[in-house]
Amino acid sequence: MRHAARDVISRRGTGLASIWRYIFAGLGLAALVVGVLTVVYLTAPHSPQGPDTSRSKKTANGLFVASFEPERGAIRQGELQSWLLTLKTAAGAPVEGAAITVSGGMPQHNHGLPTSPQATDYLGEGRYRIDGVKFTMGGWWQLRFAVSAAAGSDSVVFDIVL
Amino acid sequence: MRCLAHVASLATLAALVLLGGCGKPEFSDAEKKTIASLALNTLPAPKADTTNQYADVPAAAALGSTLFFDASMSRDGTVSCSTCHKIDRQFQDDLPQAVGVGHTNRRTMPLAGVARDPWFFWDGRRDSLWAQALTPLENPLEQAGNRAAFAHYIKKRFGERYERIFGPLPDLSTVPANASPLGTEAEKAAWNAMSTGQADDVNRVFANIGKAIAAFERSIEPQQTRFDRFAIDLATGAKPEGDAAFSPEEILGLKLFIGKANCVTCHNGPRFTDNAFHNTGVPPVKDLPPDRGRVDAVAQVQADPFNCFGKFRDGDASACRELRFMVKDGQQLVRAYKTPSLRGAAARAPYMHAGQFSSLDEVVAHYSKAPAAVEGVSEVHPLDLSDHERAALVAFLKTLD
Repeated sequence: MRHAARDVISRRGTGLASIWRYIFAGLGLAALVVGVLTVVYLTAPHSPQGPDTSRSKKTANGLFVASFEPERGAIRQGELQSWLLTLKTAAGAPVEGAAITVSGGMPQHNHGLPTSPQATDYLGEGRYRIDGVKFTMGGWWQLRFAVSAAAGSDSVVFDIVL
Repeated sequence: MRCLAHVASLATLAALVLLGGCGKPEFSDAEKKTIASLALNTLPAPKADTTNQYADVPAAAALGSTLFFDASMSRDGTVSCSTCHKIDRQFQDDLPQAVGVGHTNRRTMPLAGVARDPWFFWDGRRDSLWAQALTPLENPLEQAGNRAAFAHYIKKRFGERYERIFGPLPDLSTVPANASPLGTEAEKAAWNAMSTGQADDVNRVFANIGKAIAAFERSIEPQQTRFDRFAIDLATGAKPEGDAAFSPEEILGLKLFIGKANCVTCHNGPRFTDNAFHNTGVPPVKDLPPDRGRVDAVAQVQADPFNCFGKFRDGDASACRELRFMVKDGQQLVRAYKTPSLRGAAARAPYMHAGQFSSLDEVVAHYSKAPAAVEGVSEVHPLDLSDHERAALVAFLKTLD
């Protein structure tokens, strides 16, 4: 009996003795892998709290529009740099005489900033120099600005990824 | 059954061919970029130190070198800077804690590349190289001298050399032989009895001693290592030859260093340091005085009359941004210590701010385990590296020698 069964398998195996069998099987396996990967990708949790690296945004309560840029071009890791925080009202008027405090850190490393940046100068047209900014390592940094001006108090967080 | 086995083996073969055929590179582009950022050829020349106008004056460096090796620059004539910063030992002393006139509570730091540090000592209690150099001179456990005695000694022994660099020495004839605001009770009393003008004169000579020593120390630079030769070849696409070729274990160690083990987070750039302060849960040493690291150094650097805001600074206050924008408080400063450079580290055990670990194996085991800090919060998280991975990291660190 066992002998006969093996003969049957053997005959079926050689009956279609063609490379096409393997190619079909390979294609089938590949399709399966692609399918599984697609499902994994589509169902993966896309963190809603990842960094939002836009350099211009509305403050939390919509009082101001803030933008934040390095004063001299590129970000250089490990160097003290000055940045510019530009504040406009929702209507687009420059915000003058704002009191600004800066805090922040690295959300994934559970530590604060390595320096204490401060608003050091008002440059006109709603632009404030934020000096003493230093990013000592690569990764996701956050700078939070609390802004108080005639229109009220609001805050904004900028994400910077090195 | 046999058919399935055929298919499986064919698929395996195909996978192997695919991997091999694509010539899977040893390092990804991102890894290559990180490796290039660590190489010594990316280290810029030291920036001018505008707070020390003599920093790049050769005669000042020459006098500084003389003073660095001069054991007369101490209370009992037995201790110089070079007692702990040994020239043939990477300017450190291989001891868990430095021993000068007395036994200190901190590990001697090596000096290669020191001119690029924004902060000095393990806790950053000084903000310039010249202000740092003054501190051991008066520390009772290090050189244990006093600034009035140093001023007299400079005038007597090196007067001519000093004046050619710094201009005329003040009249010290009425200055007590021994006086300092930080000295013994008698020295403090003598200091307090001096006029403001006399104190300023002595402080000026004392500051210039620091500036000369700093001018000398600026010349101490890191040397090219096997890692640098490997990194340059990797960046240029050349095949590393001779000692620039890394073993598979060293390559694994490098990959871990810049990847899974997260070492490069703090040990970054061509000096392998972020020049910042971190609590990494390193345990205190029994029988040493309490040591809280950076959190206690903030007030010390602020109170230092030789800091960047003080009147002995040359140039303008625009050089003082590190001091101006330093973090002054917060939990993150508790038991936080400066990230040391890893260049040459393999040859200078023991490790950490008080020599807590006697080997790199112990250091890597500490970071793999990441125990909680005794005070404050450790920033590092357990890595659970295997024995093989820990050994690979150590093998890589040895390529930085």
